[in-house]
Amino acid sequence: MLEVRAVSVSFDDRAVLENTSLTVADGEIVALLGPSGSGKSTLLRVIAGMLRADSGDVLLDGAVINEMPTHRRNIGLVFQDEQLFPHRSVAQNIEFGLRMRRWNKTDRARRVAELLDLVGMGGFEDRRVTDLSGGEAKRIALARTLAPSPRVVLLDEPLTGLDRDLHDQLTGEIARLLRAAGTTALHVTHDRDEAAVVSDRVVSLPDLGHPLQLGEGGMNRP
Amino acid sequence: MDRPRHQMISPRRGRRGVRSVNRLPGAIIAALAAPAVLLLAGFYAWPVVALVRRAVTADSVRTALHDRSLRDVLWFTTWQALLSTLLTLAVGLVPAWVLSRYEFLGRRWITALVTVPFVLPTVVVGAAFLALLPQSLDQSVAAILIAHVFFNVAVVVRGVGGLWEQLPGDLVAAARTLGASPIRAMREITLPLLAPAIAASASVVFLFTFTSFGVVRILGGPARPTIEVEIWQRATRFGQIGVAAVVSIAQLIVLGVAVLWFARIQARRRQAFGLRPLAERRRPRGVRQRSVVASTCAAIVVAICVPLGALVERSMRAGDGHSLTAWRAVFGDEQPTSRRPTSVSTLDPLGSLFTSLRFMVIATIISVVLGGCVSLAIAALGRSGRVLDTGVMLPLGTSAVTIGFGLVVAFSRSPIDWRAAPLMIPLGHALVATPFVVRVLLPTLRSIDPRQRDAAATLGAAPTRAWREIDLRVIRSPLLTGAGFAAAISLGEFGATTFLTRQGRATLPIAIEQLLGRPGTLLHAQGYVLATVLAVLTFAVISVVEVARGFRRA
Repeated sequence: MLEVRAVSVSFDDRAVLENTSLTVADGEIVALLGPSGSGKSTLLRVIAGMLRADSGDVLLDGAVINEMPTHRRNIGLVFQDEQLFPHRSVAQNIEFGLRMRRWNKTDRARRVAELLDLVGMGGFEDRRVTDLSGGEAKRIALARTLAPSPRVVLLDEPLTGLDRDLHDQLTGEIARLLRAAGTTALHVTHDRDEAAVVSDRVVSLPDLGHPLQLGEGGMNRP
Repeated sequence: MDRPRHQMISPRRGRRGVRSVNRLPGAIIAALAAPAVLLLAGFYAWPVVALVRRAVTADSVRTALHDRSLRDVLWFTTWQALLSTLLTLAVGLVPAWVLSRYEFLGRRWITALVTVPFVLPTVVVGAAFLALLPQSLDQSVAAILIAHVFFNVAVVVRGVGGLWEQLPGDLVAAARTLGASPIRAMREITLPLLAPAIAASASVVFLFTFTSFGVVRILGGPARPTIEVEIWQRATRFGQIGVAAVVSIAQLIVLGVAVLWFARIQARRRQAFGLRPLAERRRPRGVRQRSVVASTCAAIVVAICVPLGALVERSMRAGDGHSLTAWRAVFGDEQPTSRRPTSVSTLDPLGSLFTSLRFMVIATIISVVLGGCVSLAIAALGRSGRVLDTGVMLPLGTSAVTIGFGLVVAFSRSPIDWRAAPLMIPLGHALVATPFVVRVLLPTLRSIDPRQRDAAATLGAAPTRAWREIDLRVIRSPLLTGAGFAAAISLGEFGATTFLTRQGRATLPIAIEQLLGRPGTLLHAQGYVLATVLAVLTFAVISVVEVARGFRRA
C-alpha cells in the first residue's frame, strides 16, 4: 500500500503541494487528475524519491520511506517523455532494471522477450530506441518500467502528445497491461476520459489539499 | 513515425535539479577534479606566480616602460592583427555565403578543405608561404598577413557560415517584396542578423593573430617581431628575463580581459538567438549563381592546395632540377653522415619525428585522462561547476609562449632543474590541449537530461551506478574526438616547446624552424620535408577523428 501523508512542497516560496494526502491500495490503479501546474508531477517526484518534500511523509506498506534513496524504493516511473536511454538498444533499455537487480543473462533475455510480447513488440530487441515511433517508444518505456516488477508503478502523463487514435488505443492497452500485471499504480493525467478507462478510482489533485484552485476555471481542459 | 525522436537528450536544468536527491557523492567528484586541478596549480598557476615575481621589480618595470622598441613592437603587433582580421573577414565572407546558402556536388568536401589550414601547425603554414612567396616578400609584413588570412579564414567560414545557414531565406524575400534591392536587403537584414557571428569570428581571429608566434618566427624574421616573438627574443637571446616577464604579464592581463569580454558577448549572443533549426540550402540556378559558386570553389581549391603543393615542391628542389636528395637525407640510412650534418650540431631530422610522436602519445594520454575526469566533475557539479570550468579554461586564454616561459622561470631553480626533465614538454602540450578536450566533452555531458539519471534511479540504479551507466557511456565517442585534437595540438605545438626544448630532443616544429632558419639549400629542403611530414601527420590524426565521428553518426 502506498500512502502520502500531508506532503507539502514549495519552490521559491510558491506552494506547489500543500498538505496533500493520498492512499493507493495494493493492486489498485488510481488516476490522479489535475490541470497543468497543479503539482501532479511534483507529487510523483516526491513519491519516487527524486525530490524531498518540505514536510509530510511517504509510506510504502506502512513504513516511512522519506529518507530512502530512489534506487532502493522499487517504485517504477513511466516518464512523460519516456527518457529511454538513447545509447542503448530496446532490449538493453528494458533489461536495465534487471541488471541493477543482478539478474543473470538468460533470465534477462527471457524477461525482455516476455515483456516485448506483452506490449506487442516482439522481435524489437535490437532496434535503436532513437528509431522508434512515438507509440513504440511509449510501449518500450512501459515495458522497461514493468520489467523488474516494481512495488508501485507511477505514470506521469504517459499519453500526452500523441494523436487521438493512438492515444485511445494506448489508453486501452495500458489499462489491460496494468491489470494483467496486478500492479499498484498511480496514473497522472489531465484527461478525464483516459482516467476513467485506466483506473479503478479517480482523484483530483486540487481536492487533496492543494490551495491554488481559485480562478483556475475548469479543472479539466481537454 | 509519429514525431521526431531525437530530442531525448535535451538541455533541461530547472530549479528542481538543485533539490534533486540522487546526486553523485562529493568524494567521487573531488577525486575526478583533483588531477587536473593539481596540474593547473603546479604547471600553470605556479609558473604565472613565478613570472609575476620576476616581473614586479621596479627595475624591470622601469626598463620596460622606457623601452621605445617595446612600444614599436606593441604597435606593430596591434596593427598587423587588426589588418589581418579585416582581410580575413573580407576574404572569408564570400565562401561563408556560398557554402552556407547553396547546395552543390562536393560542398562537404570544399567545406572540409577550407578547414584544413586551421588545423595545420603554425610552423607548417609559415613554411608553406616561405616556400610559395618570392624572395622579395621574404621577411615582409605582406607575407605575415597572407599567412594569417590563410590560417584563419576557416574561423570566418565556419563561424559566420554556421549562423548564415540558419537564417530563413524568406526574411530576405520579405524585404525584397517590400521594395529592398538585393544590396539593401543584405545591408538591412542579413548583415545585422549576422553581426554577432561576424563579431565573434573577428574577435577570435584578432586573438589568434595578436598572439601569433610560429608564423611570425618563420616569415617575419628578427626584424618583424610581434609581442610573442619579442618575449621569446628578450628571454632567450638577450637574457632580459625581467623585461620579458613584464611583457608576458601585461599581455596575460590584456588577453584575459579580452577573453572574458568575448565570453560575455558569446553568452549574450546565445540569448539573442534561440534555436533556429532551419537549414535551407538551394541549388544554384542560372548562369550567374552557378559561376559565382564555381569560381568560389575553384578559388578555395587553388588557395589551399597551392601553398601546400609549394611545400612538397620545395622539399624536392635541388639546384635547378628536382630530386629526392632531401627526403633521402632525412629518411635514408645510406648517408648517415649527411643525416647528422655537423653544421646543425645535434639536430637529427628523423629523430625529431620520433620525438614528436613520443611526446604526442604522452601529451594525449595526459590531456584525455585529466580532461575527461575534470569534465565529468564539472558536469556533475552542475551550476557550481562553473568556477572549475573557468579555471580549466585559463591556459586557453594564455599564449603558448607565456606558458612555456612561465614553466622555464618556475622550474629553473632548485631543488631540481626540472626544465630539462623529459616530461616537461609533453606536460606543456597537455596544458595547452586539456582545455580543448574539456570543451569537446562538456557539451555532450551537459546535454544529458538529468531525468535520464532519475529514470535509471527508478529502475534501481544507485547514483554512482547511474552515472557510470549513462555519463561514462555517452562520453566515449567525444573522448576520441578530444584525443584527436590533443594529438594534433601536441604535434604542432611550437610556442611553449620553443622554451622547453633541449638539444637532441627537438620536436618536428622546432626542427623545421631551425632547418629553415639556417643557410644551405639541402638544409632548407630537409626543413620542407619535415614540414610536409608534419602536415600529413596532422592531417592523418584529424582524419581518423572525422572518420570515427562519421562512423558514430551512421
